Amino acid sequence: MLSRTASDLYWMSRYLERAENLARMLEVSYSLSLMPQAGRSDGHAELAMSLLASGTLDDYIRKHTELDPERMLHFFALDASNPSSIYCCLQAARTNAHAVRGRITADMWENINATWIEMRNIASNGLGRYGISQFCDWVKERSHLFRGATSGTIMRNDAYSFIRLGTFLERADNTLRLLDARYEMFGETSEEVSDDSARGYYQWSALLRALTAYEAFNEIYRNAPSARPVSELLLLRVDVPRSLHACIDELDQILAGLPGNTGRAAQRLAAELNARLRYTAIDEILEAGLHLWLTDFIGRIHQLGQTVHNAYLEVI
Amino acid sequence: MSRAFFNEMYEANGSCRPHYQEFARWLANTPLALLEQRRHEADLLFHRAGITFTLYGDQQDTERLIPFDIIPRSIRASEWRIVERGCIQRVQALNLFLQDIYHEQRILKAGIIPPEQVLANEGYQVAMQGLNLHRGLYAHIAGVDLVRDSDGTYYVLEDNLRTPSGVSYMLEDRKMMMRLFPELFAAQRIAPIDHYPNLLLDTLKSASPLDNPTAVVLTPGRFNSAYFEHAFLAREMGIELVEGADLFVRNDHLYMRTTAGPQQVDVIYRRLDDEYLDPLSFNPDSMLGVPGLISVYRAGNVVLANAVGTGVADDKSIYPYVDDMIRFYLSEEPILKNVPTWQCRKPQDLSHVLAHLPELVVKETQGSGGYGMLVGPAATAAQIEDFRARIKARPHAYIAQPTLCLSTCPTFVESGIAPRHIDLRPFVLSGSETRLVPGGLTRVALQEGSLVVNSSQGGGTKDTWVVED
Repeated sequence: MLSRTASDLYWMSRYLERAENLARMLEVSYSLSLMPQAGRSDGHAELAMSLLASGTLDDYIRKHTELDPERMLHFFALDASNPSSIYCCLQAARTNAHAVRGRITADMWENINATWIEMRNIASNGLGRYGISQFCDWVKERSHLFRGATSGTIMRNDAYSFIRLGTFLERADNTLRLLDARYEMFGETSEEVSDDSARGYYQWSALLRALTAYEAFNEIYRNAPSARPVSELLLLRVDVPRSLHACIDELDQILAGLPGNTGRAAQRLAAELNARLRYTAIDEILEAGLHLWLTDFIGRIHQLGQTVHNAYLEVI
Repeated sequence: MSRAFFNEMYEANGSCRPHYQEFARWLANTPLALLEQRRHEADLLFHRAGITFTLYGDQQDTERLIPFDIIPRSIRASEWRIVERGCIQRVQALNLFLQDIYHEQRILKAGIIPPEQVLANEGYQVAMQGLNLHRGLYAHIAGVDLVRDSDGTYYVLEDNLRTPSGVSYMLEDRKMMMRLFPELFAAQRIAPIDHYPNLLLDTLKSASPLDNPTAVVLTPGRFNSAYFEHAFLAREMGIELVEGADLFVRNDHLYMRTTAGPQQVDVIYRRLDDEYLDPLSFNPDSMLGVPGLISVYRAGNVVLANAVGTGVADDKSIYPYVDDMIRFYLSEEPILKNVPTWQCRKPQDLSHVLAHLPELVVKETQGSGGYGMLVGPAATAAQIEDFRARIKARPHAYIAQPTLCLSTCPTFVESGIAPRHIDLRPFVLSGSETRLVPGGLTRVALQEGSLVVNSSQGGGTKDTWVVED
């Protein structure tokens, strides 16, 4: 397949996955910002956290100077001038899909095009009308639908592989960032906050719900969520679809299945990361410091993305 | 204007023409509200499918729907067979003309066309001289624009031999009609057209001497007005849609960059004008083409469809000679008529044109898409004077024709069902044989009285039926 086509397919699914994860991030921040804030004045910090985690807090401050909930929500979700907003991600996904509409099925194209048309309607009416939670649900639902249309209609060829590469690379990165952001919210005091405190409970369960991993958590641990089991679930469990290990395992298999010799470096790196996760225990990670470990791994995911780019997607 | 228009559906006495009777019965039994609802449904479906075109010079909303009219244009099969033979004859003669002017130039030596008309034409490519093409074919895909005058006679308005577009709308319009009104297709025999992409792929492959050549569609990119069509055809044919940056030249062969390494390309269905194809041979500023492509082409290692240099044959200054070409190369009489044309480069014609501007249609010889043309009867005095000045400054760049009474077809507009002017563009494919699918693209001028059907000027499209009688 053409490198440019592969690149467009890959970025199409990356942007869509990013939009979905941003919605998940927004959902958890928004629900927590509505909680009574122990020792904090308001829910602004929660909303600012989602900006921080998506790397756009500085841009926001530059534009609006103060932390205003409504402005933050708008900036994060609908601002056309913020390239990391959900709006812009859906736009980018649709633009990439448009460029390769000959290579995706009619069902896929119509789905992502309809998403974009509706997104523009929502943006012109404003979030207030729509409701934050409903908006997050809508974004997730559109992403689910597209994935369903994809797996239900597209031929199992290279196109399918590159679409999935984009999805899992983005998801791996996003799961790490979401966990990191939650952990950060405990700040310096994270060790002192006993895991069974009310705040800890709401923090972790909101994260699990946002990642739709609450049911899995209950089934596996049958206990109140806390840092250790939640981290284990989201990093190391290969049977939880949004966990880091599950994503890396998928990436490893997809890369191994791609034809040609150009992808050796990417294949090796994915296999290495997969093996590392398989033989790592959660205690080792916590001992090293969760934040440090997560930061390091975000760098490795980035490196894997670069290697994939160099091997398959670059138009030299 | 007092002359009567030919109505495709009704006779002058108001009775319905035989090939429209089935449809008329259906229409009489269908409430307007249902039609309105179906039209709305069609808009939604087209919008969702993103069947759009891009308008140049419009910053607001660059992607637009081409208005689709739910009342079909219908042609009797017996009548169609004549049009079909006429189109085939015409395109065969044009291909022979191109082969000739890039080789022996017999038609120039015979004095049938003044040599300077051809050799000094902007569309004439010196690089094509003496180059032998497989099967001697230049215009593999041609669009012949036809209109009907007040007595129903078909006239060829122009030939499109460069990169004719619109075939995707022909196919999508049919798909939409079958979806909205399946009962109409069950009630009568309407010739199918869905196999066009198959014929196109077959045509592209037969343009190469290789057994199983790799063909691609070359697009200027997603900002081109016809990008939807490029992607549509690539998908329907199951071949790659490439941009210039996806291709490169090595050792006199052409390759595309793929995830599994370079892959050789043998046939390019290019939807890019000559001047953008190769910055080394043509426009050096073009980022759209492939450096070195023309040298590969000249070495015979890649086929371009259409060939370079076809523009000279669909130039409006060459158009008046097509009848003579048919006689010269095929020793046949033309089946389809040419519109009488005044060539402003001739002093006699020029003075006639300048004296009759308010009655005439004036066109730039190199123009296309309805840009740069004057429709005398519909123009303001200022527009006419503007054109008068332009024609005087560059007479050789203009031709003029009488204002034709384009036939009308009932069309569903805001005020209900009303006649609107239409044309017809059949698509002629030349490969191991010359052929076309029944019908073509019918364009309709949606504004009352307007004669300009181009989509860039607010025209719409209709499904085109060839009905067995």
